[in-house]
Amino acid sequence: MNTTPRDWESHPPFIHPDYKSTVLRGPTKPLVPLPEGLSERTGPVFGHDAVGPLDADLTRNSAKNGEPLGERIIVTGRVTDEAGRPVPDTLVEVWQANAAGRYVHATDQHDAPLDPNFLGAGRCATDAKGVYSFKTVKPGAYPWPNHPNAWRPNHIHLSLFGPTIATRLVTQMYFPGDPLLPLDPIFLGTPEKARDRLVAQFSLDVTQPDYALGYIFDIVLRGSNATPMEN
Amino acid sequence: MAGNTPKGQTPSQTVGPYFAYGLTPEQYNYPLASIAHGHTVDDETEGERIRIVGRVFDGADKPIGDAMIEIWQADAQGRYAHPADPNRPNAAFTGFARTGTGTDPQNRFVFDTIKPGGRDGQAPHVNVIVMMRGLLTHAYTRIYFADEEAANAADPVLAGVPADRRDTLLAKREETSYGTVYRFDIRMQGDSETVFFAV
Repeated sequence: MNTTPRDWESHPPFIHPDYKSTVLRGPTKPLVPLPEGLSERTGPVFGHDAVGPLDADLTRNSAKNGEPLGERIIVTGRVTDEAGRPVPDTLVEVWQANAAGRYVHATDQHDAPLDPNFLGAGRCATDAKGVYSFKTVKPGAYPWPNHPNAWRPNHIHLSLFGPTIATRLVTQMYFPGDPLLPLDPIFLGTPEKARDRLVAQFSLDVTQPDYALGYIFDIVLRGSNATPMEN
Repeated sequence: MAGNTPKGQTPSQTVGPYFAYGLTPEQYNYPLASIAHGHTVDDETEGERIRIVGRVFDGADKPIGDAMIEIWQADAQGRYAHPADPNRPNAAFTGFARTGTGTDPQNRFVFDTIKPGGRDGQAPHVNVIVMMRGLLTHAYTRIYFADEEAANAADPVLAGVPADRRDTLLAKREETSYGTVYRFDIRMQGDSETVFFAV
């Protein structure tokens, strides 16, 4: 079965000069066509086996002496292919800044506090219907050196495998109504018609009373033509 | 209730500079278990042990210290650890490894693996996914082995690569005190830009 091609009207280009790091890092020569073979019809198999008991709860998986500060949220959604079929038992890895906009990463020198009870990384896997869910706190915005007074909007990084290496996706989930979105060169590097796919929806149904706000972020991976083709 | 209701592929976004504690935590000494490491092998794996070493260079020829490289390959008999392959690999071989370039003083990536077998007329190769800050969408390339001249000459994918760019896909074999090392640098731009594939 052939994977549907990467849709360059949905994905950002390699070079997007407003995001300055792309200028020296994005490939400049045309991609070379590659007839799909077994290498592309296969890929690493990571599912529920890769998820530890607390991995999907970032409010608890690194707690030392209490709960992390910030607004508790639940993020859930369906992972499907382009034909709308669920992608079951696939790993979703997540990482993010803490509520103050600070990453645990050693090279993040933003002058905002670390949270001893928050690492900001975890993982979960989709169920038989392609649904994933994790708990965390809402990440803060933070400055970055792309241009004067540049701030990244609140976002959570997500990494998915899907069934093959061709379905691999690393993306970022943004929050509705963020005033930084129209100013962010990374978000704006995405073709305009596809940008709203990166913005989660607030959901009162997912929101748990007296506990946490809920957001829905559905994800569509490449793959699975409606009519499978045999070579 | 409807979600963001995407009508097409979810757009890729850059992995950013801070992926390490989420995706390669053990390598960078963060307190989270890693799902994958810089090796595909354990003591039980059959096949010729090799080490693949290289660096990732930007358009100014500077080595990149915040890239993440993933590899996916067949085992020594050309079998993939995946349900789509009717052949099964030998035990304990996952075929997948992942490493960041931020922990080596020279920003090298190092993979300890086995030399894959060819399959379906394709020469032995390792599939590579390249991610980094400044790369909004990941890039795919392949590592072929320079000493597999006959197999490479018959490989249909290499045949589709312009002849003057095939060298960028060939890892060079060296015998070292460690053992067999293949050198494979990735150049994001420039005259010798690595071939990236439209996977």
